Amino acid sequence: MIEIRKLNKTYENGRAGSRALQDINMEIDDGEFVFIMGRSGAGKSTLLRLLLKETEPTSGRIIVNDMNLQKMPRRYVPKYRRKLGVVFQDFRLLPDRTVFENVAFAQRVIGVSSRHIRESVPEMLKLVGLSARYKSLPGQLSGGEQQRVAIARALINRPEVLLADEPTGNLDHGNAAEIMKLLGQINQLGTTVVVITHSQEIVDQLGGRVITLDKGRLISDERKDGVDMRR
Amino acid sequence: MRVRTFFYCLRQGLKNICRNIWFSLASVATISACIFLFCLFFSIIANVQHIVKNVEQTVGVTVLFDEDLTEEQILALGEEIGRRSEIREMTYVSAEEAWDSFRDEYFAGREELAEGFAEDNPLAGSASYEIYLNDISEQETFVEFLESLPGVRQVNYSNTAATGLISFNRVVSLLSVVIIGVLLAVSVFLINNTISVAAAFRRQESQIMRLIGATNFMIRAPFLVEGVVIGLIGALIPLAAMYFLYTEAVEYVVERFRILSDSFYFMPITEIYPQMVVVAFILGVGIGFFGSFFTIRKYLRV
Repeated sequence: MIEIRKLNKTYENGRAGSRALQDINMEIDDGEFVFIMGRSGAGKSTLLRLLLKETEPTSGRIIVNDMNLQKMPRRYVPKYRRKLGVVFQDFRLLPDRTVFENVAFAQRVIGVSSRHIRESVPEMLKLVGLSARYKSLPGQLSGGEQQRVAIARALINRPEVLLADEPTGNLDHGNAAEIMKLLGQINQLGTTVVVITHSQEIVDQLGGRVITLDKGRLISDERKDGVDMRR
Repeated sequence: MRVRTFFYCLRQGLKNICRNIWFSLASVATISACIFLFCLFFSIIANVQHIVKNVEQTVGVTVLFDEDLTEEQILALGEEIGRRSEIREMTYVSAEEAWDSFRDEYFAGREELAEGFAEDNPLAGSASYEIYLNDISEQETFVEFLESLPGVRQVNYSNTAATGLISFNRVVSLLSVVIIGVLLAVSVFLINNTISVAAAFRRQESQIMRLIGATNFMIRAPFLVEGVVIGLIGALIPLAAMYFLYTEAVEYVVERFRILSDSFYFMPITEIYPQMVVVAFILGVGIGFFGSFFTIRKYLRV
């Protein structure tokens, strides 16, 4: 479960004194599918960076699976990140490695054995529908296929939470719909999915809980059926 | 650290070298050039010091004793002097031996001129000790000790030769430290540049690794492997080159400049090489390891 309480983030340097997030409170239960919506500058990416512990909040607390991120020692951060899967708008694949190697990379860097990798990667590629393209390089794939590789990489270590930052931002309508369908399937398998997006169309297509941020403030948190989730 | 992790980092480091093969080759070439220069200076300095040491060994001290001292008394004094640790070699020259040697040298071919002295030894009372020291810089204190001994009439030594050699030695040592220091700085700068570019080149990869949950060690270790391997190859090439070039160069000098080879004895490669290999490898690996270590710390803060 993700629990965020009285979260504030102000960038002191660079963006002098700009308040990226103000008094954010939310809870996301295990197995939920949540959209975090908002326009550019709403604070969505800051929230993602805070969840990944790439930056520290100015005040407030974030608790993920009973772990208080502010009290987490630095040496534990890599272990914590292994419990999260991340997908980005620009895919962030390694262009000189095959689809198989890109997915396997996530396991290799945490010391998984080659034997286990040979079993788990084809399984994951099958889940995202890319079994036939395992030898291809990212440059030989369409945008949608590249995003599927990124999703496979994010899921290969069986994370409890999948964070997707504008996963359809670089895709056409058809591919975007396919990716959202895949994320829905992943959620059905029990993974908590948090999708950050600015696209109302995507939200309307899949539904679910929608948390809306505007200028750093949480302005709504509603389920598709209209129930206010603010606690 | 698990064995698997170790081999993964090793493999990645080697792969990274191959991925940026031209850049890696350029780094190997620059480090090789630096270590080659180092080896060159190393052999020059080793030879200079060797020659200086040889010259030092020919600079001795002669002790002459009071004329009224008997041979037994002189030998007893000699025993006392012989206990000093700074002595490398010490020879007793009796008055007879001194005269014999003088006569052989100055009256060679005209022995009849020396016959006038017959049984009379004009050098009676000239029994002496010829002493050679381990380290010429100790000559001054040693001479002071000799002069303080009762029964010692005179101590002959060359102060100019000693001080000249000492200062020459100092200049050579200082020069070698400065040159090696400069070469080290240049090499560290070069490896620093190499790893900086490699780190920038693989920034995205490192970022992905970080988000996936790779530890700092896993992110940095391949860069260290890369630095160390580049350093190792960078040391290996000049060492191989030096092995062949040194012998050729010495042969050339000996053949071309006979005066030099008559006066000086150049060290054979077998004598110079073991030390050179150790120092060159330490330098190569050290430059590679520390150069990458500090660069990576700076560029890949996690």
